[in-house]
Amino acid sequence: MAQTLAEKIWADHAVTELDGGATLLYIDRVFLHERTGSIALKGLEAAGRSVREPGQVFCTMDHIVDTFPGRGDETRMPGGRAFITTTREAARAAGIHLFDIGDPDQGIVHVVSPEQGIALPGTTLVCPDSHTGTVGALGALAWGIGSTEAEHAMATKTLAVNRPRQMRVSFEGTLPFGVTAKDMILALIGRHTAAGGVGYVVEFAGAAVRALEMEARFTLCNMAVEFGAFSGLVAPDEKTFAYVEGRPFAPKGALWAEALEHWQGLHSDEGARFDREIHIDAASIVPQVTWGTSPQHEIPVDGDIPDPSAEADGNRRKAMERALEYMGLSPGRPLAGTPIDAAFIGSCTNSRLSDLRAAAAVLRGRRVAEGVRAICVPGSSRVKAAAEAEGLDRVFTEAGFEWRESGCSMCFFAGGESFGRGERVITSTNRNFENRQGPGTRSHLASPATVAASALAGRIADVRDYAREGT
Amino acid sequence: MNMTPFRRHRGIAAPLVRINIDTDAIIPSREMKRVSKEGLGEGLFANWRYSDVATREENPDFVLNRGPFREASILLGGVNFGCGSSREHAVWALAVLGIRAVVAPSFGSIFYGNCVRNGILPVRLDEGAIAAMASRLEATPGGELTIDLPGQVLIADDGSEYAFDIDATDKEMLLEGLDQIALTLRHDDAIHAFMARDREARPWIYSLPSPRTPGS
Ligand code: SF4
Repeated sequence: MAQTLAEKIWADHAVTELDGGATLLYIDRVFLHERTGSIALKGLEAAGRSVREPGQVFCTMDHIVDTFPGRGDETRMPGGRAFITTTREAARAAGIHLFDIGDPDQGIVHVVSPEQGIALPGTTLVCPDSHTGTVGALGALAWGIGSTEAEHAMATKTLAVNRPRQMRVSFEGTLPFGVTAKDMILALIGRHTAAGGVGYVVEFAGAAVRALEMEARFTLCNMAVEFGAFSGLVAPDEKTFAYVEGRPFAPKGALWAEALEHWQGLHSDEGARFDREIHIDAASIVPQVTWGTSPQHEIPVDGDIPDPSAEADGNRRKAMERALEYMGLSPGRPLAGTPIDAAFIGSCTNSRLSDLRAAAAVLRGRRVAEGVRAICVPGSSRVKAAAEAEGLDRVFTEAGFEWRESGCSMCFFAGGESFGRGERVITSTNRNFENRQGPGTRSHLASPATVAASALAGRIADVRDYAREGT
Repeated sequence: MNMTPFRRHRGIAAPLVRINIDTDAIIPSREMKRVSKEGLGEGLFANWRYSDVATREENPDFVLNRGPFREASILLGGVNFGCGSSREHAVWALAVLGIRAVVAPSFGSIFYGNCVRNGILPVRLDEGAIAAMASRLEATPGGELTIDLPGQVLIADDGSEYAFDIDATDKEMLLEGLDQIALTLRHDDAIHAFMARDREARPWIYSLPSPRTPGS
């Protein structure tokens, strides 16, 4: 029978069907970080259980660790040091691979996992972190879980999972100039809401997705969870295989050939049945910016802030009113031109080398507007080193950006460093929730190029006015 | 893991019917201070519950600070309740405050799974039914709902009954308060058999450089 890509991976990992309809799925890789992984490792230890295959469990330091140059175990987050040292001790006791502070391979979990060849096409990978679906871009089935489930996955190598429904989102046609994967996913969420994908595993397909480079595909899948989806994925192709080949944990030699042969079959069959199909014309997408406190509160950068009174649904209207109040914005006015206090480029959504290049192309030879605090945090230490090797760090610093060590940094606020109350930030991250980047901080999600353009303008700006064709 | 089984529960319900309530709102990152499940109750909805988070001065308008709603053990929520971050702390914090069930039209999927694994019943109910209950509860705070898991029915404060769906595996776990690891290990033979087959079928999955652990 014709199968979808997700169904094929599912079938490859089904250990047994459980009474009640869930499937016991074999989990190939578990990734942890010091924020939620530490507690899973401690919980396992406290229950007297051990990690069944420590060689297939990985951990990184990204959430709590500082991103200031010269960092160590001390961090600005109150009590943060204990998360770091506990994680290190627990990783040692469990015998798992740790990407520790100071390791040239350290970085944000969802950046490190594909960069190291830990996530591979056709694998199942889980992590107690909601953006785990990022690596679905390789043609893997990867999803975020809670800490208790992480204990379960480590102790048993399996998880009991209810079969998600199947959705395909096809982006047909060609993206216009200045439009990126970030704009694609924001447009999808804007049109179909932050709950549009609840209960579904979403395959991204179509000519515009095939045209994306691997790193952009990670951006697309990263925000599938912001669409409410169980996970997102893209069928692997030649770009995927070229990306994976030679990575430290990727198969080598004869095993590579064998893996590659298996991976060639990883695509949805002709006639495979999806429970829902969405088609979007890529040519209809323009650079997107959010105006509110949910990723679904997004509009084209040249659009007007929507008016809640035009919204028929009462709960949605109330949410819009609350959001406008929190964001300090008035309906009916253009969003572009709104003054900003800060600009942030980083996070598992948009902190890879191609993201930094796109931002640098806008920034080169220009200066950030007076009074705007601008920060760039590479997604991994490897990304940072590669960017420095081609001089991108100087483009950022000469433009007036801070250049940081890698980590989650100000993507979220844990009590340490943050943007100020009422401050308006344009950010390449994935969540514009209330208080996400600091108490009372107002976040506007956008692509790295849009963030860079806005930093230069000191206002929310249309990147198409700044980007140079051909760069 | 000890989990309180859920069979039938009657308790005060508090309406918090906003759409897309995310887990950052349920428990802000800043409130997750230790590598522990303890001490999370204070941080529940901190940015909404307190008008000054630092001094813990209560915001009198927030539903859980108002009269009988302080004793609520059931929350009524909006679409996509518990979306966002995977933090299980959101569920642990709800449990500490005595919440036994959350009723919403839809849930963030990681949050939903976390509820089930911690003895909190997530009930999916039609938006209209929730809105009707919420407006009655707002008008007369202290109204109680009864939720019967074996019968999969919610009995509203006015006596109307609503059937709800729940997956059988999730239902069993909640009813029995089961430790899921122990449950799964009943299938240990199947897991070992799978791994033996899989090593043949996908050897590259098992051939990894040895781990680099601290101090090794
Ligand atoms: S970068 Fe942000 S969204 Fe990504 S894992 Fe870190 S905190 Fe989460």
